[in-house]
Amino acid sequence: MGALAHEAHGHHGAHDHHEHHDEGFVSKYIFSMDHKMIGKQYLLTAVFMGVVAMLLSILFRIQLAWPGESSDFLSMFLGETWAPGGVLKENMYLGLVTIHGTIMVFFLLTGGLSGTFSNILIPLQIGARDMASGFLNMISYWLFFLSSTIMLVSLFIETGPAMAGWTIYPPLSALPQAIEGSGLGMTLWLTSMSIFIASSLLGSLNYIVTILNLRTVGMKMTRLPLTVWAFFVTAILGVLSFPVLLSAALLLLMDRSAGTSFYLSDIIVGGEMLENHGGSPLLYQHLFWFLGHPEVYIVLLPALGLSSEIIATNSRKPIFGYRAMIGSILAIGFLSFIVWGHHMFITGMNPFIGSVFVFTTLLIAIPSAVKVFNYLTTLWRGSLILTPAMLFAIGLVSTFITGGVTGIILADSALDIAVHDTYFVVAHFHIVMGMSAVFGMFAGVYHWFPKMFGKMLNTRLGYAHFWVTLVGSYGVFFPMHFVGLAGAPRRYYDYSVYGEFDTNSYEMIMDLNVIVTVFAIIAAIGQGFFLFNLFYSIFRGPKSVQNPWRSTTLEWTTPVEHMHGNWPGAIPEVHRWPYDYSKPGHDEDFVSQIVPLKDGEEEGH
Amino acid sequence: MSFKLITLIVIVLGILAIAQLVRVYELSSKLRNRREEDITNRDNRLNGNLMIGFMLFLYIGFIWLMCTYGWTGRGVSASAHGEETDWLLNLNFIIIIAVFFVTNTLLFYYTFKYVRKPGVKAYYFTHDNKLELIWTVIPAIVLAVIIILGLKTWNDVTGESGKEAIKIELFSKQFDWTARYSGQDNTLGLSDYKLTTQENELGIITTETLDSAIRLMEIGKLDGTVLGIQLLEEKLNNPKNIFIPEDRVKMEDDLDRKTRLLRLLVQMQFRHNKKLNAQAYDDIIQKDTLHLCVDKEYEMSFRAKDVIHSAYFPHFRAQMNTVPGLVTRLKMIPTITTAEMRKKMNNPKFNYILMCNKICGGAHYKMKMIVVVDTPKQYKAWMKSKMTFKDVFLAKPAATPATPVEGGAMPADTVKLAIK
Repeated sequence: MGALAHEAHGHHGAHDHHEHHDEGFVSKYIFSMDHKMIGKQYLLTAVFMGVVAMLLSILFRIQLAWPGESSDFLSMFLGETWAPGGVLKENMYLGLVTIHGTIMVFFLLTGGLSGTFSNILIPLQIGARDMASGFLNMISYWLFFLSSTIMLVSLFIETGPAMAGWTIYPPLSALPQAIEGSGLGMTLWLTSMSIFIASSLLGSLNYIVTILNLRTVGMKMTRLPLTVWAFFVTAILGVLSFPVLLSAALLLLMDRSAGTSFYLSDIIVGGEMLENHGGSPLLYQHLFWFLGHPEVYIVLLPALGLSSEIIATNSRKPIFGYRAMIGSILAIGFLSFIVWGHHMFITGMNPFIGSVFVFTTLLIAIPSAVKVFNYLTTLWRGSLILTPAMLFAIGLVSTFITGGVTGIILADSALDIAVHDTYFVVAHFHIVMGMSAVFGMFAGVYHWFPKMFGKMLNTRLGYAHFWVTLVGSYGVFFPMHFVGLAGAPRRYYDYSVYGEFDTNSYEMIMDLNVIVTVFAIIAAIGQGFFLFNLFYSIFRGPKSVQNPWRSTTLEWTTPVEHMHGNWPGAIPEVHRWPYDYSKPGHDEDFVSQIVPLKDGEEEGH
Repeated sequence: MSFKLITLIVIVLGILAIAQLVRVYELSSKLRNRREEDITNRDNRLNGNLMIGFMLFLYIGFIWLMCTYGWTGRGVSASAHGEETDWLLNLNFIIIIAVFFVTNTLLFYYTFKYVRKPGVKAYYFTHDNKLELIWTVIPAIVLAVIIILGLKTWNDVTGESGKEAIKIELFSKQFDWTARYSGQDNTLGLSDYKLTTQENELGIITTETLDSAIRLMEIGKLDGTVLGIQLLEEKLNNPKNIFIPEDRVKMEDDLDRKTRLLRLLVQMQFRHNKKLNAQAYDDIIQKDTLHLCVDKEYEMSFRAKDVIHSAYFPHFRAQMNTVPGLVTRLKMIPTITTAEMRKKMNNPKFNYILMCNKICGGAHYKMKMIVVVDTPKQYKAWMKSKMTFKDVFLAKPAATPATPVEGGAMPADTVKLAIK
């Protein structure tokens, strides 16, 4: 079956090639069904969304560092409605936090990271002409675009965007009487997310089918680059968990508009006694986190996959423990489904169930540790070429360690009580998702930019971008742990309340908040290097060669100029695993996957 | 305006400056015939050295933060189980900080050391089962210790409280806390949200509160601030009143809802066991500050009126969400009085606090309650000064008329509308 589809695809590709010159602007750049173009569309949309979400974070960081002080910057972006006199409104603070989180987690790190690189790399690295269904792939992108648009529109409505935090726990998210953002803003949020989920499902199904069916001759599962393995497991996680979020959102929509009581019980709000009885807000939390935790790995696994590839290439060494790496991806993927309860230790859930989740959650530390040690051993005795991509990949490993170890505190329910919902948690997941995953994405962009656009990014700007980002973001999230250990709750508009009962803590929190905000502003400005580099190089960057990083995988055997079907002739066959770097007995320090084994040569792993 | 202009100019100039630098760089690359993907040994070494520099920056920053801030933010634990939590937390911190330093050091050091050198080829090393076994088993063992110790503490913390434990209820709503002490009998009176009125904010169930809630639902308040079924009907049926259709629909819906709620209330009244009144009568309701007695065990239960809140006592290392429709609980033994803690914190104005730690609306950050831990003597004296629920509720003049209002009398707002 696989071979048949493969053949059919082959002909299709060749056919397309002849028609290449007739292609119109719309079908080439807008409603394109070519996976490479769709990947680029994902990237640019996600970059835009990421810039918006970063800007939102700067707006509320200014409020946190200098509460109540008038800021021209705030009034410039929020105007008199949401920042009268340049002072942020309480409700809008929550709105900004909510939309910042939503965009970053879903639109940048799920849509942007997985969408971009799965699309670009899966067909190229497995040796396929395109995705299994180019049409569904196109629909997937345009649904993503639509949901992004709706999410952005919700920032501009009169009652403001959703304000219940990115986890939108009901009843707060179900009752417009409780907060104004739970009116139209929340409806738009739920609509946008429903569309997003549809987009993500179409994409994920496509990735899975493509990886299983369209691998080229010789591309056994154990010869797949780790990137593809990561995308594969990520897609499976998405398919299994996103529908649960959809059902959670639908039940919430019904509670909001159809008078049902899935999540509502015994509530009096705004002076009105509601009749809803028997629902449970905990049900929502279970459903949400059943997606929410795998989501963390949906965000992280692609980043780890990308960095595995980049670290191996630029160390000129095989990735250490290839099979162990696959094993840990699978183990992490499996475990991620049975740990969701660690977000709910103190929600009133039965403590015994809590202890089961402590056990499963801490187990995840084992495959994660294996991955870190394997990265370290890959670097050991390598011949490192510190390209910007490599630097970001190394930064990823560092932040994966730093963010990972604090997870051990949070996974331990007895300790979680003391720091749950404080800035310690915020620091933890920002180091893992805001740094590790984002670093993975940057690494991917720097590494595969030549493949995407046929041009080279400027290396010096890349260096400047890396160092500002590394120092800036560590400077933001490291001190944040100490704010959390002092007990400061998250999602507080103003920590001046501490002045009423503990002046020492108050001073400490305020000092650290200023440090954090200053670093945040530095890091945000540093992204200017990246944005400039990206857009400048797309148009004016020097032309790339076919295989600039001297890499072994299949995508570097395609021509620099993009074409439908990826390879001009037949699809190359694969004869070896993807990590033959510096293999003794070869002249070059890399052996492409398409090179047959020599007589008597053994395959790497 | 000027701010916007300046920002714009700075951005434009910045982009132009970078563009110019890039052009110069490109020209020089071209002259030297250097391609973008060729990383020179000089760049490689520079970045390797910077990695070591960054490592030092990270470590020095970390140590500085630890020395300056450390645990001081919250001080020592002021509850019995909190001491155990802190001990475990410190142990875990020692483990993870060690891991943090060792692995990060290896990472940055390797990056610095194994940077490409001319003539040195990378070592082809694909896997080593023994090594991989070691670094699977060692974390597994360490984690097993962490899990076992953690679960032991967790069971202690969440287990049942002793029989002597003093029962307190904390009631949360946007945006404040109310405490209810169980009084002499150490039993909290029953409660139901449908009984909530202005006089009975916690919805405590007694014969009297049932009566007054039913009367309020049937009639409403004569001043028109609360519309019961009768007042609503009068308003809707009065031909002199003209409503916008939406308002009429809203009022009719309200009427239907109140009729159904009334039915439930009447059923509840029917089933009510008068013997249980006594449990509620001696309860003591307390706003603004929560007084606790040192070294006494407390069994706290939590309710929420509108949305989820979270009762967070940072100094006692205790936290529990409050959920509408669900009663949650925790137990706690405060071990240090407020006066002692002030000395320890070296801050005469220090107070313990109960904060809301689950996003609950715009003023979430202001939702708090001062907690005072008294000596037994102070606690007793304070308790004596408090009035029981019975005293407070029954002493108040009945909020609604005992007999139904006569047909002709119009509530205040209806009169206003009629005049319009």
